Amino acid sequence: MHIGIDVGGTNTDAVLMDGDVLVDKVKNPTTDDVTSGIIACINTLNASKPNDAKIDAVMLGTTHFVNALLQRAGLAHSAALRLCLPATTMLPPLVDWPSDLKDSIGGHTYMASGGHEYDGREISPIDEIELRTIAKKMNDEGVRSVSISGVFSPVDDSHEKIAADIITSEIPSMKITLSSEIGRVGILERENAAMLNACLVEVAAKTVAAIQAAMGSAGLEAPLFFSQNDGTLMQSEFAAQYPVFTIASGPTNSMRGAAFLSGVLDAVVIDIGGTSTDGGMLVRGFPREAIVAVDVAGVRTNFRMPDVFSIALGGGTVIKQNPLVIGPESVGFRLTQEGMVFGGDQLTATDIAVANGVAGVGDPNLLSDINASFAEEAINEIQKRVEVVADQIKVSSHPVPVVLVGGGSILVKNSFEGASDVLRPSNADVANAIGAAISQVGGQVEKVYSLTEMTREEALNLAKEEAISKAIDAGADPGSVEIMDIEEIPLAYLPSNALRVKVKSVGNLDTSKQN
Amino acid sequence: MIYMWNVSEDDLESIAIGAGILGTGGGGNPYIGMLRAKQLIRENGPVKVLSPEELDESDYIVCVGGIGAPTVGIEKVRDKQSYYALKAIEDFTGKKATAIISNEIGGSNSVEPLIPASLTGLPVVDADGMGRAFPEVQMKTFFVYGIPAYPMAVCDEKGNTALITQALDGKWVERMARAVTIQMGAVACYALAPMTAHQIQTTAVLNSLSLAKELGEAVRVARTANEDPIEALLNVHPGKVLFQGKIMDVDRQTTAGFAKGQVVIEGMGEYESNKLTVEFQNENLVARLNSEIICIVPDLICIVDTERGEPITTELLRYGFRVTVLGFPAPELWKTPEGLATAGPSAFGYDVEYADLELT
Repeated sequence: MHIGIDVGGTNTDAVLMDGDVLVDKVKNPTTDDVTSGIIACINTLNASKPNDAKIDAVMLGTTHFVNALLQRAGLAHSAALRLCLPATTMLPPLVDWPSDLKDSIGGHTYMASGGHEYDGREISPIDEIELRTIAKKMNDEGVRSVSISGVFSPVDDSHEKIAADIITSEIPSMKITLSSEIGRVGILERENAAMLNACLVEVAAKTVAAIQAAMGSAGLEAPLFFSQNDGTLMQSEFAAQYPVFTIASGPTNSMRGAAFLSGVLDAVVIDIGGTSTDGGMLVRGFPREAIVAVDVAGVRTNFRMPDVFSIALGGGTVIKQNPLVIGPESVGFRLTQEGMVFGGDQLTATDIAVANGVAGVGDPNLLSDINASFAEEAINEIQKRVEVVADQIKVSSHPVPVVLVGGGSILVKNSFEGASDVLRPSNADVANAIGAAISQVGGQVEKVYSLTEMTREEALNLAKEEAISKAIDAGADPGSVEIMDIEEIPLAYLPSNALRVKVKSVGNLDTSKQN
Repeated sequence: MIYMWNVSEDDLESIAIGAGILGTGGGGNPYIGMLRAKQLIRENGPVKVLSPEELDESDYIVCVGGIGAPTVGIEKVRDKQSYYALKAIEDFTGKKATAIISNEIGGSNSVEPLIPASLTGLPVVDADGMGRAFPEVQMKTFFVYGIPAYPMAVCDEKGNTALITQALDGKWVERMARAVTIQMGAVACYALAPMTAHQIQTTAVLNSLSLAKELGEAVRVARTANEDPIEALLNVHPGKVLFQGKIMDVDRQTTAGFAKGQVVIEGMGEYESNKLTVEFQNENLVARLNSEIICIVPDLICIVDTERGEPITTELLRYGFRVTVLGFPAPELWKTPEGLATAGPSAFGYDVEYADLELT
């Protein structure tokens, strides 16, 4: 058996799963220190589990680290080191950061020789003396964690690795994040992502140790895994090194959990809350990734993040008459006081749904003043807007199953444009925790290959092999690893002698390998 | 001398949007160029913009731009290469530049002249050589109307400069410069074709930097006021809505350095039950309404997000996007037989006669 946990802004949810079967679930308020709320959930599930059952693994999706960034709390004094000279100097590291976040980590930046061209040639060789001098200076300035970003390190990461060795030999205690292990092509965004990781490693190490210690004192010997942004798992020692990979696991787990509960792998998942509707698309069980830059705590990054399309429409959305205006204001969580079916005087989307017989909550008699044709016009518009969310997030015009979750999903009818089926799973209130519990282990590679030295097939094979070994390194059962997705992106405005390849692999967690 | 306006940090946000629209799907994302210009303007103060009419007969105006692969430019980010190239042209000709002009107002090249301008204190002329985006060096109005495309200096960030002092025509300049650029790591900047005031006034696309700024401002104001950004754009610059709808299919392939392909848009609202196909080669080239051509290069075909007015480059086109396709007439300089020979349908392999975009 295993435990899946999701730490949200309001609640910490946890589920006990036996394989694919939900055995038990629990909800606790999220605590200020986060960890004690997690432990309370674990203890409840651990106590209620069948006597002979053994817990093999705990999977955790948490907002710990994104909160640390947003609150600028516990961030390490960090430096950004770019290997680039004499290129790429006009926009120094941290160039577009919010100044208070920059200040809270010390804002130290360095540029040194090194880095590569797109085709693998060196921009300049590594200068060992220069790096030793920089390492000493960082130490003098109180820097405890450093991100190293070489130009075109997705093509060749050797300079980042050499620089890491030199800095470690000079200052052994220095924590190091390599940009080539964090992000993809796009130096500013990748460097930003690496720097967010660098400033989180201290708080991550502490958090992981605290949860493991608390699990230990609760008598739970199982290994701890963390949910990543892309819906796969990482071991806790990886999470301590790469906390930044966990910061968007919430929406991913929610989508995957909802689809799992509905028994579908390819689906649009629509989560309708009190004020907003979020749509995401699952392709073979994983969320489609956003292709544009993603903003994290005000910093532009190019992480692998789920693509989510949102509109301001939920159960509490305020409806106006003559002419019909839907939102964007919402009464939010006050719906059960202010909504008309609940005895309030604010006309909301929920009242419209009740007036049309789409939803059955509150007292419909309180809606006798509402004109029937207006109510019909409003419900049709609400339905249309949610259908547009589904359509915007789809990958083609082909009808797909639509999974509806969230309290506001009562607004929507089952006849849904573009849906092959409309599914409303039970236990959707713990979809996030289930999403964490069902996670697999994956590996992803995104690199640029120069086709002067190898053929396209050789480049693709190299990328596939690396993706597979990454999944195995992350704890996958080698026999279960398969390639999920291959994407080739040739470089425009250049004769085709370079190829950008993106490969994803995924496999089942090998619990026997743990401990 | 009276300067029309100064480019402030805030103007750069507007120029980035406007240049994206005029980029007609290509030209590279102006974000990094905008950050570079912002950085320098923060250090050195606003850049002066000079109206083409205000140029003096003694003026000596040099054209600058970036060349290379946009995908490489987001990794090995450009620095002061266009400044080095400007200096190289000055050294070669023995004459000091008095103003700088953009080669291309569409996409990232729109802001490139602001870099050497900020570093030298020289003004930027409110004009460019395309009035939109095109993929190759020779595709500039200057060269169509007799200005030689040389001397040209191509510079990297390391201190390498290549000078092209003589060429048979602009296409040869393009070939040589492209080959040098690849050796320089697929990112370089150039300066070329020093011009007089009269030459600028007669062969450049005039007032295009102001246009980019005004288009961007219109979109930003409309967003803030919750108004229709499309209407706001058309109030700034005469053009028309070619189509509105939803992207149904994107077919893309990259061959010989060109991102070729087409996007199919299904009509919505008054365009319901119609289909628009836009064919692109880096830039959008042809718009067909149910197979009939309704707008063709060099006229501008711009795909923008219907709700926010955000320009969408060809590499970001995707199923489901709600888009508006706008058509803007090409600058008159492109519509002559000489202009069409360089950047008309035949220059992109279309065996189709150019026909004016009808605005009514």
